[in-house]
Amino acid sequence: MKTTETPAPLPAESGATVSTIDVPAPEPARRKREGGVLNVFSHGVLVIWAIMVVTPLLWAVMTSFKSDSSIFSSPWSLPDKLHFDNWSRAWTDANMSDYFLNTILVVGGSLIGTLVLGSMAAYVLARFDFPGNRFIYYLFVGGMSFPIMLALVPLFYVVNNMGLLNTIHGLILVYIAYSLPFTVFFLTAFFRTLPTSVAEAAFVDGASHTRTFFQIMLPMAKPGLISVGIFNFLGQWNQYMLPTVLNTDPDKKVLTQGLVQLAVSQGYKGDWSGLFAGLVMAMLPVLGAYVVFQRQVVQGLTAGALK
Amino acid sequence: MQHGKYRFIVGFLALPLGLYALFVVWPFIQSIYYSFTDWTGLSPEFKMVGFDNYTRMLHDDIFWKSLEHSLLFALVLPLVTISLALFFAFMINVGGRRRRGGPVISGVRGSSFYKIVYFFPQVLSIAIVALLFQFAYNPDSGAVNSILRGIGLDSVQPLWLGDPNLALWCVMAVLVWSTVGFFVVLFSAGMASIPAELYEAALLDGASRATTFFRVTLPLLWDTVQSGWVYMGILALGAESFAVVQIMTTGPGGPDYSTTVLVLYVYQKAFRDGQAAYATTIGVALLVVTLAFAAIVMRLGRRERLEY
Repeated sequence: MKTTETPAPLPAESGATVSTIDVPAPEPARRKREGGVLNVFSHGVLVIWAIMVVTPLLWAVMTSFKSDSSIFSSPWSLPDKLHFDNWSRAWTDANMSDYFLNTILVVGGSLIGTLVLGSMAAYVLARFDFPGNRFIYYLFVGGMSFPIMLALVPLFYVVNNMGLLNTIHGLILVYIAYSLPFTVFFLTAFFRTLPTSVAEAAFVDGASHTRTFFQIMLPMAKPGLISVGIFNFLGQWNQYMLPTVLNTDPDKKVLTQGLVQLAVSQGYKGDWSGLFAGLVMAMLPVLGAYVVFQRQVVQGLTAGALK
Repeated sequence: MQHGKYRFIVGFLALPLGLYALFVVWPFIQSIYYSFTDWTGLSPEFKMVGFDNYTRMLHDDIFWKSLEHSLLFALVLPLVTISLALFFAFMINVGGRRRRGGPVISGVRGSSFYKIVYFFPQVLSIAIVALLFQFAYNPDSGAVNSILRGIGLDSVQPLWLGDPNLALWCVMAVLVWSTVGFFVVLFSAGMASIPAELYEAALLDGASRATTFFRVTLPLLWDTVQSGWVYMGILALGAESFAVVQIMTTGPGGPDYSTTVLVLYVYQKAFRDGQAAYATTIGVALLVVTLAFAAIVMRLGRRERLEY
């Protein structure tokens, strides 16, 4: 692939250690060849994986414009013409518009709630000394390692008894509760790194604790809030298990549930093209947003995991 | 600072802590309690039955099958995913040849493109990914088999998800596909914080790329790899495996329970079979497996922390 370029920076002694991938070669050419073989191999693997990631997504986009018969007869051929009706059918007849609206409502409410409540708890836990501080902190953080499924059965009845089953606000409250462990963990660490002097000055000047928090600390914590916000947005937008259990009313379904439901019902109706249109519809907004905000998304996700 | 301090603390903690206690902590405590009852979940009556559910679980063949599959998930998935991700991340960040006048350490050509593309599946819902691959695996009209036909392998047309021996591996492949990108980015961030002098020194001493990886990169990245391992294991035992198995395999649970995992079995017992108490018992087993997994990884992976 790149054997004609300048030789690899690896000194000659490296020959021994990588020789397993090497082919027998005359001594003078050995150094160049070996770097080349290794490069071709590893570049090849990188390219293959990129193809493996992109192909299924492109295949789905292509399929969403095809007619049902050609989906089955020739899965890889290009569409004979662009069947935009698949998309409009999915949007209106298959209720994709409703699922989108429900998801936006649920995720919007949960995201705001998670950030507000999470930062309140994290601020108090990071900045104030009081009996039980450590206990509450570990109670929150411990939630990260427990399998949600264990709690789901009793949770169903807790939610049911409160009359919150199959409601948007019930789902929002549960999403917030399950997002708190990571949010509190991340933001507590973040608030500890912020300088105290500004907040103390404000407090001395007569601002209340609450006012100091909302007007001084929260704006200072913006980078942390963005990171943890992206993390929670992706998690809540893609949530599947919680709505499957707590939200069985067809009118209240969120996107992921709606699509699975669609897959089952379209299976009976045989409207595969409509289903693919729905799938692509659900994929494109997040993929598009990721490409645009790629840097922030990656920073947000890795900042959390590296702490 | 004392003025109104406690009122403020209580005011700020009450709502988050209340929600968390009500929807997370309380159900957890309840579920352990319910595992000692004969509660069906359908009616409010139940009585204590001691360890009956636990004895029943130990004699339940499907439980052992699901446990086996879950353990396989927890072992194979992190191993494959993290190895692939380490290789990709190393190539992307360190593997490039030195360009004249460029930095000592750089990734291969196009590394920023790879980093963006590899992350694609991570932003998609696992439910969407599962649906997509369910079609790709379709034996008659799916993308995979028609590629095989296209390259002349007409005789090789596996049933994929319909084949009890293959279904589990098909499901795992989907999880690897969807999570590798996250770890590539995670390890890339870790590798970026390793000082370039260390690589320079290694190169001067004549280290090859493989040596550089095993002697410099991996030891310095160890903490990240370890927490990634635990994170992936928890995913493989919990939410992610639930979604792929429930959506992709028929039944669900696959032909002859060949893809049932613990988390799916909990769901089926609770919400399909009306055996809520028994479901929580299996849930407790799942909790034990998860905690044991995390403890073992932490224990085996313990090394002296390297400062740099």
